Amino acid sequence: MVQIRDLSKQFGAVTAVDRVSLDIHKGELFAILGSSGCGKTTLLRMLAGFERPTTGQILIDGVDMTDVPPYERPVNLMFQSYALFPHMTVEQNVAYGLKKEGAAPARIRERVSEMLALVKLEALAARKPDKLSGGEKQRVALARALVKRPKLLLLDEPLAALDRKLREHTQFELANLQYQLGTTFVVVTHDQDEAMTLASRIAVMAEGRIAQVGTPGEVYEYPASRYVASFVGNINLIEGEVTAAVDGRLSLRSDALGADLAVATDERLAPGSPVSVAVRPEKITISRQAPDGNDRNVLKGTVWDLAYFGDQSLYRVRLQGGAVLQVSAQNLRRSAKLTVEWDDEVFLSWDVASTVLLQS
Amino acid sequence: MSTKPAVETRPAERWLRRAAAVPYLWLLIFFLAPFLIILKISVAEPVIAQPPFTALLAWGERGFEGIRATFENYAFLFQDGYYGIIYLSSLKMAAIGTVLCLLLGYPMAYYIARQPPRRRNILLLAVILPFWISFLLRVYAWIGLLNNRGVINEVLIWLGVIDQPIQLLYNDFAVYLGIVYSYLPFMILPLYANLERHDRNLLDAAADLGARRNRAFLDVTLPLSMPGIIGGCLLVFIPAVGEFTIPALLGGADTLMIGRVLWDEFFVSRDWPVASAVSVVLLLLLIAPILWFQRIQAREQVLAR
Repeated sequence: MVQIRDLSKQFGAVTAVDRVSLDIHKGELFAILGSSGCGKTTLLRMLAGFERPTTGQILIDGVDMTDVPPYERPVNLMFQSYALFPHMTVEQNVAYGLKKEGAAPARIRERVSEMLALVKLEALAARKPDKLSGGEKQRVALARALVKRPKLLLLDEPLAALDRKLREHTQFELANLQYQLGTTFVVVTHDQDEAMTLASRIAVMAEGRIAQVGTPGEVYEYPASRYVASFVGNINLIEGEVTAAVDGRLSLRSDALGADLAVATDERLAPGSPVSVAVRPEKITISRQAPDGNDRNVLKGTVWDLAYFGDQSLYRVRLQGGAVLQVSAQNLRRSAKLTVEWDDEVFLSWDVASTVLLQS
Repeated sequence: MSTKPAVETRPAERWLRRAAAVPYLWLLIFFLAPFLIILKISVAEPVIAQPPFTALLAWGERGFEGIRATFENYAFLFQDGYYGIIYLSSLKMAAIGTVLCLLLGYPMAYYIARQPPRRRNILLLAVILPFWISFLLRVYAWIGLLNNRGVINEVLIWLGVIDQPIQLLYNDFAVYLGIVYSYLPFMILPLYANLERHDRNLLDAAADLGARRNRAFLDVTLPLSMPGIIGGCLLVFIPAVGEFTIPALLGGADTLMIGRVLWDEFFVSRDWPVASAVSVVLLLLLIAPILWFQRIQAREQVLAR
């Protein structure tokens, strides 16, 4: 188990990491997600031992690692650019960590071939890195980082350098491998898809701080803040003013939409206070006829723009108040003709429970 | 290998190809032709005349009489142990000078390569700056420094470190100093060009896998800088073997270097054929390292791509 306690890192006047506390469980595939410059790389480098924290502590299995140099930590890093030693063969690259450990030659040979088999690179053992494809390099880097059986494996943007097709495939491979080995993985990424598909839990970072920690589902469906809501996936943000709060339900008026909305929440806000709510595009139903059903927010608008992707369509609907909401709809029925066209008058509706109340 | 398509070459391409021939033309005129002349003289016999050697092609009254060539000059070089000793001594002095340049130049190149880009340029400029002054002048300046009445001795006496001037000039020490001083930039520049390209992540990766800093340097930086080391060493070694100015100005009577012997044979003994033979043998000695250097250069260019 990795415990990060109140960790901060300052570079001159800039605070790159600001009082971060995190518990990462044993055997977990944990993702740290954030845009560039959010401090995730600095956090990663502190975990690996390349940067000294200004304040705070890092504990691995209860042992304080804060002042332990990188070459003595039970932590290995898979570099974003892979950082394979260009003058060594695949085999020598993978063996390097064991050699520095002083392992017996026989044991090194055994372990290296075990690792090469794991990443399916036995045939390329004698090659130099410049004779490898991007995907092969990635697997060498992974084998090299895993060979010492680290308690914690750090992966810096593990899929960023791969092309799209390969990335999808590798994503599943990586997750399988992690499950097989049971090693704790911490993936640092700016790519939300990568974080969502790989990780069992995600920490969203912004401006050096942890904005939210949760499972991919929690982060997506219950974003804790405006930042998380808009960073992870597409979302419609709506500003409004509370009109009433009764029985686990908040009513609000949005001038931008020109409509009244309801939010299912136990939060009790005083009437008149400003409030932000959000709704994901796929939660909204678009229809030409007025929808029926209770506990739904229903709005009227005009289709202002639409994009057809085959499997789904994305609509941008202008509402009476002038604001535009995004709606995505699965194209469930086979038809060359769209049911909703440009400039159609449409009804938008979504479940009251699908509305997210955002802490400002 | 792809076969060339039978397309008519455009004029621009033709010109490019002609331009590519310029270096070869240069080598032909300024390297191969002089070399052939030297080679020709080296198989001639010395005579007291103008020029002081016999012609290769003998022309008599009845026209062409045949080729007059002798290998006596070469035989003389090999029979007289003196030349062998001087060749060896030149190689030894150049080798020691090269190693000294490497020991001094590597840390300097390494330090420069790790500076922020602005400082790097200033430091590189400082390395190249001495070239703005004539080589000969700079070597002469050392005489002023190393003299018995020179700056170094005067200062040491003034400080009371010594009371008699130490002999700094006209010995092997001064020659090594001259070689290191003159050729250090030729060591630093190729080393810098190599070290500057290194990926810093590689050292982090080595540390991550359990190597301490010194170990990571030996495992990663040193082997990857090998082309730079070899390039720098050859750039120093090759000209240092035949160096004339430095041993002539700073060396003592017992400093044996082939460059001085060459000078003496040409200008003192006026035995051009033997002098030419000396330089042909010198070139043959250096051909192996020159070819090696060419190969390293080619490989470096492939890696840089």
